[in-house]
Amino acid sequence: MSAVSMAGALNRALADSLAADPSVLVFGEDVGPLGGVFRVTDGLAARFGEERVFDTPLAESGIVGTAIGMAMNGLRPVVEMQFDAFAYPAFEQITSHLAKLRNRTRGQVSLPVVIRVPYGGGIGGVEHHCDSSEAYYTHTPGLRVVTPGTPDDAYRLLRDSIASPDPVIFLEPKRRYWAKGELSADSADSADSVAFDRALVRRTGRDVTLIAYGPMVATALETADAAAEEGWDVEVVDLRSLSPFDDETVCASVRRTGRAVVVHEASGFGGYGAEVVARVTERCFHHLHAPVLRVTGFDIPYPPPKLEEHHLPSVDRILDAIARLQWDDEVVGGHGA
Amino acid sequence: MARTRAPERTLLPSDEPLSLLRKDGSPVDDSPLAMPDDDVLVELYRRMVVGRRFDTQATSLTKQGRLAVYPSSHGQEACEVGSVLALRPTDWLFPTYRDSVALVTRGVDPAETLTLLQGGWHLGYDPYEHRVGPQCTPLATNTLHAVGFAHAARLKGEDTAALVLLGDGATSEGDTHEALNFAGVWHAPVVFLVQNNGYAISVPMSKQNAAPSLAHKGIGYGVPSVLVDGNDVAAVYAVVREAVLSGGPTLIEALTYRIEAHTNADDATRYRTSDEVAAWLDRDPVDRLETYLTSRGLLDNARRAAIAAEAEEFAASVRAKMNVDVEPSPDDLFEHVYATMPRHLREQAAALREELA
Repeated sequence: MSAVSMAGALNRALADSLAADPSVLVFGEDVGPLGGVFRVTDGLAARFGEERVFDTPLAESGIVGTAIGMAMNGLRPVVEMQFDAFAYPAFEQITSHLAKLRNRTRGQVSLPVVIRVPYGGGIGGVEHHCDSSEAYYTHTPGLRVVTPGTPDDAYRLLRDSIASPDPVIFLEPKRRYWAKGELSADSADSADSVAFDRALVRRTGRDVTLIAYGPMVATALETADAAAEEGWDVEVVDLRSLSPFDDETVCASVRRTGRAVVVHEASGFGGYGAEVVARVTERCFHHLHAPVLRVTGFDIPYPPPKLEEHHLPSVDRILDAIARLQWDDEVVGGHGA
Repeated sequence: MARTRAPERTLLPSDEPLSLLRKDGSPVDDSPLAMPDDDVLVELYRRMVVGRRFDTQATSLTKQGRLAVYPSSHGQEACEVGSVLALRPTDWLFPTYRDSVALVTRGVDPAETLTLLQGGWHLGYDPYEHRVGPQCTPLATNTLHAVGFAHAARLKGEDTAALVLLGDGATSEGDTHEALNFAGVWHAPVVFLVQNNGYAISVPMSKQNAAPSLAHKGIGYGVPSVLVDGNDVAAVYAVVREAVLSGGPTLIEALTYRIEAHTNADDATRYRTSDEVAAWLDRDPVDRLETYLTSRGLLDNARRAAIAAEAEEFAASVRAKMNVDVEPSPDDLFEHVYATMPRHLREQAAALREELA
């Protein structure tokens, strides 16, 4: 298979879903003839017609609210929020209706809606274009929240999200849109792929588990390479599904390594990583040789482009965290044992 | 997308509310609206009488502790009943929490209608059974659901209109404006019926809106708008029927009044006078139609008594159903959060079961 960018993989997933299921619709701001500001919907309106792939008025609550009505009437809308922070006007529709309607109606109303949200920083974007808003969604029961770290996963996760009977917040790491990777041979057949609510071990290692997702998967893998030079054998777990959370895969890894660092771009306080640390600690306490650490963005509004490098978790900052995992207090196992 | 809107049709509402029956029950001679057929008028009367009795019964149930709360629509029966009976069986209704009478009129079981307020679950009925969306508590959010639903129907080639109910306060919410705009752009078959009952809980129209009327807001979205006497059920039926059959969006403002407080927990004397309430009692929608039907020879004492008896019987059945203690299962808490219960919820459900064992 040829190498494809994440944006290209997402485009292919949308096209394949539109082709496979006539009830799938794609709509949002600029997703029609323009193909989206990141070109993820490029060519879809021309191929599938503007009744199925169309531009809407510029109103995010309207986009999600009408998607709910369409899903109630048997369609499968895939809508785009142009940027993370621009999704906030839709927050009430997402949290009060999209997430709750199945539960309110005891399963009589199913809302298979996918909300695609380009998120995160690292692209030199100005204010309101770089938020990591995952915790707002993961704190809302009834939503599935997924985020791919590679082009191959972007394809698989989006196909699975569109096929899911549950509403899915699909977070696309915009800084990785143009990173290329191979699509695996079975990508077109998502039934053969790993379930979309399971985490994946991206790299095996003996000494410490790096837990990452979305834009930080590549950073974690880069860190693992650098750590190898320092003598640490690092395992990298890509969460993929932030909600539900795959305790099994994550905890199995931490039990093997005895040490863990959670990495995300979002602010740390009340952030997603706090939940991961709590769950790992609750389930793996007797296997841990050190507290589970977090490397996150600072607890500040997202910085302007010329300062964002200080905010984003870097390889060096993650290596520093690994170094602080109490290697000197070694009792059993782990690094150097 | 083809536009079916007649170009000559004005987007602005009339200066005075459209009506067919004056407050004394005499017919309006020069109304542009068509008077509904006699059998429809009698049916509108019957459903209003039954609906009002249901409403009174529900309020009583709050006093007996059978309902946590009940928002009454006493005084708004012309809107609740007239709009719903104007729908075709294939059309959909998107109601709010104040529209229990509309639900009952549509055929939803009264006990299922009151499930939310009884506290057993958030919703008691299957929306697909009677084509009634979930009663919406957050204001105006249902307007967008209606637009999406109706647009989807058009995409699927189905002749389905959506009627969304909202109040005067809800017209200040952003979703109302987004929904009107989407409906205008998509030419979606949606009827927005604003029941302007004068107050958003306690806040009067003067603090809610500076436009000449709420119906005037339609023109900004290219949506034809109608101002109607909301206590004239014949007129409400006529304008909603026309809007449903138009194939596109319509904004209707119905001028009415909430005779009771916002809910049983509210004290309306803190924000309005008894004189004002008395003036609206004088415009009662049920009395008005009753006078007209009687003068036309369409309603005699025997028929009136029969309808009153039917309403009492209905209220008795509601009492009987609501006096049964409901004990929802704690398992329900986890069952329908997702299509398939994820592991963490299976664990939490098991933990709760163990705690209760």
